[in-house]
Amino acid sequence: MKYARLLFANLFRKKIRLTLTLASFFTALLLFGGLAAVKSAFNAGVDVAGVDRLVVINRVSLIQPVPISYEDRIKQIKGVKYVTHQNWFGGIYKDPKNFFPQFAVEVGSFRQVFPEFKIPEDQWQTFVKDRQGAIVGAGLAKRFGFKVGDRLPIQGTILPGTWEFNIDGICTGKDASQESQMWFQYDYFKEKVGGSYKDMVGWYTLRVDNPDESGRIAKVIDDQFSNSSYETKTSTEKAFAIGFAKQFGNIGALVLIVGSVVFFILLLVTGNSMAVSVRERTPEVAVLKAVGYSDTLVLWFVMAESLIIAVAGGMAGLLAAVGLIKIVAIMGNLGGMLPSISVSGSQLALGVCAAVAVGLASGLLPALGAMRLRVVDGLRRV
Amino acid sequence: MVRVDGSGTSSLIQVRGLDKKYSRGGEEIHVLQGLNLDVDQGDFVAFMGPSGSGKTTLLNLLGGLDVPTAGSITVAGDAITSMSRGALTTWRARHVGFVFQMYNLIPVLTAFQNVELPLLLTSLSKSERRKHVETALGVVGLSDRMQHFPRQLSGGQEQRVTIARAIVSDPTFLLCDEPTGDLDRKSADEIMQLVLTLVKDYKKTVLMVTHDPVVAEKADITLHLDKGALVESGKLAGAMAGGAR
Repeated sequence: MKYARLLFANLFRKKIRLTLTLASFFTALLLFGGLAAVKSAFNAGVDVAGVDRLVVINRVSLIQPVPISYEDRIKQIKGVKYVTHQNWFGGIYKDPKNFFPQFAVEVGSFRQVFPEFKIPEDQWQTFVKDRQGAIVGAGLAKRFGFKVGDRLPIQGTILPGTWEFNIDGICTGKDASQESQMWFQYDYFKEKVGGSYKDMVGWYTLRVDNPDESGRIAKVIDDQFSNSSYETKTSTEKAFAIGFAKQFGNIGALVLIVGSVVFFILLLVTGNSMAVSVRERTPEVAVLKAVGYSDTLVLWFVMAESLIIAVAGGMAGLLAAVGLIKIVAIMGNLGGMLPSISVSGSQLALGVCAAVAVGLASGLLPALGAMRLRVVDGLRRV
Repeated sequence: MVRVDGSGTSSLIQVRGLDKKYSRGGEEIHVLQGLNLDVDQGDFVAFMGPSGSGKTTLLNLLGGLDVPTAGSITVAGDAITSMSRGALTTWRARHVGFVFQMYNLIPVLTAFQNVELPLLLTSLSKSERRKHVETALGVVGLSDRMQHFPRQLSGGQEQRVTIARAIVSDPTFLLCDEPTGDLDRKSADEIMQLVLTLVKDYKKTVLMVTHDPVVAEKADITLHLDKGALVESGKLAGAMAGGAR
């Protein structure tokens, strides 16, 4: 602590340079925080995916349906424990910007396959008996102020017309993405759509007895329906979620590339700034050494300066990212599209680590230069 | 007593057969050649000589800032020429006070903080450091300028801060490299008066490089660097007169 005054006096020597260097870290970590939040939001489904769950979709694409008749055939495959199916609805509540996912689900098997959803039993029983019933996630209920007993009109998009639902229950799940959804009865869906679509489902989700058998079971399912009009593609729920997220582009790769470029540029900018800063002070470094400051102590002074700038600027950037994500989520109404958008603790820690690493790396060369400086050479540069 | 013939036995500073060579542009420059010197506690020695004669090199070697090509330097029993770089740094902190021509104060620190710098390396408490710094600044007559930054001080005042920084840890000896070289005559006289006070009242040993004969006159003895060796002022004059004949 006794060296703090010397350290901070040197830091604040060139205020404009300090401000600009801090701003570099601030901007880089703000960007990092923002990208990390978007990445995790897109991967929310991956994080909550069950290890023992498989998803069966139409081989052509997720938006193509598969016949409901497949359900019994899938159930008979050895190792399959439970099967349920879902349909994407894609309706609008009052205004398109109020987007949230809605699914038609099979009430008999839904909780067997998705045991993580928690709902009071009386509410569930009401839902089971109510053909127009709906269950909403806790986050969704909070977002729109829904209560049990409310009437919920949804304007169909893929399937036109106004669909009326009764909110029979509010459930909780593993994370915000699960709690931002709405489920209603497949029977109601089937009744209203009619035509050939009524015997079709969006996809199947099944639980297996042994996750180690997932690969074999997936192959059996796909082989069974090969050469049919509706060939299937079966994958683990995690792979399905990753594939779903990739429909929007490879967010992970994008974050990695942009992040790497930003940090590399930051390293060059800060390294140059620190090098100039230390070079300007060469005679002072020489004097410090002349009066007895060791090479190691001088090295740590420079490293500490670099580190303070990195951590201060970086943490400010990360905190700004947290605040900005919250504001954007509210103002831009991202709650429905990306309910899990936020900067997690581990991402914040990663950001701080990245800032520290860049801080250390950018300070290292100037610090080594200062450490190796011979006093007589330094004094000649007065 | 100062000797240059290597005959001293119990001097504070003993230099024996000191050689220093530089290689510059492929050419070897022999700056110091078999130099001997003995300086006792409380001596005030001035080194003179033309530019490039090796005065500053000698001062750097005596202060442990540079290493000789050959020869030995012993200060108060410590053979500094056989010390490692790290050990020399520790030794300098304890035994040497430096006064530079260009002051070399840290511009972002106040006079107080500049003087305190060497004490940060010690185990002294904050209050003890304050006491030492106030005493040192009092000795150089700058008690009322402690919170001033270097840019707020005159050249003479800056050099006095440098002297305060040099004496604050009570070193064994002071090395002054042209301490008045950047000052006007009045300020130079004030600085020299201060150096003389340190020698006479505080029994400090001072080795000073200067180009100014007026400043050199204040020293107990003036040694000239000639062809890499030290010659006493009177002997050099005699040698030059002999050469002229």
